[in-house]
Amino acid sequence: MNKITSYYRLKDNRLTELYRSLEISYPKFFKMDRLCKAGFLASEMVFRSLGEDPQSPKHDTALVFMNSSSSLDNDMDYQTTILPGNYYPSPALFVYTLANIVTGEVAIRNKIFGETSFYISSEFSAKELIITAEGAFDGKGIRRVLCGWTEYFKDACDVLVMMVEKDAAEGLDFTEKNINQIY
Amino acid sequence: MIRLLGDCIVSPLGFSSRENFNAVKSGQSSIREEDGAVSRIDRSLLSRCFNSTGAISGDYTPLEQAMIYAAFHAVKQSGIDASSPRTIFIISTTKGNVELLGEPGHPYGPRRIYLWHTARLVSDFFNNPNKPFVVSNACISGSCAQITAKRLMERRLYDYAVVVGGDMLSEFIVSGFQSFQSLSPVRCRPFDAGRKGLNLGEAGAAMVYGRHEENDHAPGLYLTAGAIRNDANHISGPSRTGEGLYLALEEVLEQTGRDSLAFINAHGTATLYNDQMEAVSLSRSGLLAIPVNSLKAYLGHTLGAAGVVESILSLMALNEGIVLPSLGYETHGVTEKINVITQCMPTTGNRFVKMLSGFGGCNAVLLFEKKV
Repeated sequence: MNKITSYYRLKDNRLTELYRSLEISYPKFFKMDRLCKAGFLASEMVFRSLGEDPQSPKHDTALVFMNSSSSLDNDMDYQTTILPGNYYPSPALFVYTLANIVTGEVAIRNKIFGETSFYISSEFSAKELIITAEGAFDGKGIRRVLCGWTEYFKDACDVLVMMVEKDAAEGLDFTEKNINQIY
Repeated sequence: MIRLLGDCIVSPLGFSSRENFNAVKSGQSSIREEDGAVSRIDRSLLSRCFNSTGAISGDYTPLEQAMIYAAFHAVKQSGIDASSPRTIFIISTTKGNVELLGEPGHPYGPRRIYLWHTARLVSDFFNNPNKPFVVSNACISGSCAQITAKRLMERRLYDYAVVVGGDMLSEFIVSGFQSFQSLSPVRCRPFDAGRKGLNLGEAGAAMVYGRHEENDHAPGLYLTAGAIRNDANHISGPSRTGEGLYLALEEVLEQTGRDSLAFINAHGTATLYNDQMEAVSLSRSGLLAIPVNSLKAYLGHTLGAAGVVESILSLMALNEGIVLPSLGYETHGVTEKINVITQCMPTTGNRFVKMLSGFGGCNAVLLFEKKV
């Protein structure tokens, strides 16, 4: 049975405050859209609780996130930059109009070379989180999967990020019941 | 390992896999330089063809029409029961109906912007009782959706999977790629020294896969292996060392061996950095002698459909024992001596590799096989 060895639940949308409380220096944070900031911070908390060095390359780790609104929060911001008479599209904003960029940001920060995947679901589903995360264990040498629900839309932050490990001695069993309990 | 049972491509080159394959084989391209060097599906032709499914085109957006049409014909060809609880739909799209953001008065209702809603409309069309999976992993989505199909069926959760990929072009998408200065004003030239960037293209495509029993040696076309790896380097630029793609290639080839590879179907977007990165990865993996092609100059970069469209066309080539030529390549334009094919050539190989890379630093490699 795979085990949840650490998790972080983030519902507070004061993301900059949380970032400052971490006392890290990662200027890229301020370029991110809100979805990425939320996913980044929750992942940061998980790695921190495991006592991991973000700089050490991780070939044994995969990353699978899921949400409902994709990158719609940022898409709506981008849409206002392509209106007739007010046309100034920027690559810095456009790049965040993809849901999976949050997996890229977390992979860069933590040097994760395993799979990164992003799925969309109409609502939070522990069952789908389990199915998709367990699929990522198929990757060669993958021993753990950072997975979870990373939803951010219109100031509503709804994030649960979990580290799920194979052959862990301690932790919560990676079951629907346990996931629903910590969500 | 999962087995291909049916497929369909909807693009400006045709409304079936066969039409698309024949067009590509004869060197046709759907990229219209006079129309901004993009490849677009004629909307009125699409809605006329869509009526053959028995549904009403006015109820669906162009993207949904293309996806449902492709799935309808792929399912028909496969003969499977798409309404069975043992069949799962897996939808691949990067942006779904994002164009609706720019059309505040659109008639489709507010939920239509959500990717899961588009997916549900597709599976509902077939009265499928399962909640569809939706993969949105940038430009590698179409390959990820096939890997998802493989994982679900190898775990015996389902017996059949209908993988449907699609994206349509809108101001939203085109303006963004323009802002990145990654669009070529002329037909793209993958791996060529004079390449100026990519062309965007529209497509919907579907593949029906069936679960495979280990002792079954039935002839046919199979997805044998797949791997996804991240560069952990940059959110919009490919890694200079091609790290993620190299790792994915190694993972797949370690499982399956390097023998009898007929060709490598590259991503080959014709941006400076993508093509160079792919060449570096192929070199690091010791694959310089294997024929390489890119299909982007025929149909453009079809985003969430690319992995599905290009897998189907390459499978048809494998099945016929040929390697499709890479259109637009004249002068070698990457540092590594990859073997870009410019003339249709016969092959005796029975396997090929499909590569894709995307924003977010993700890379996917698939390995397909023909069993006779």
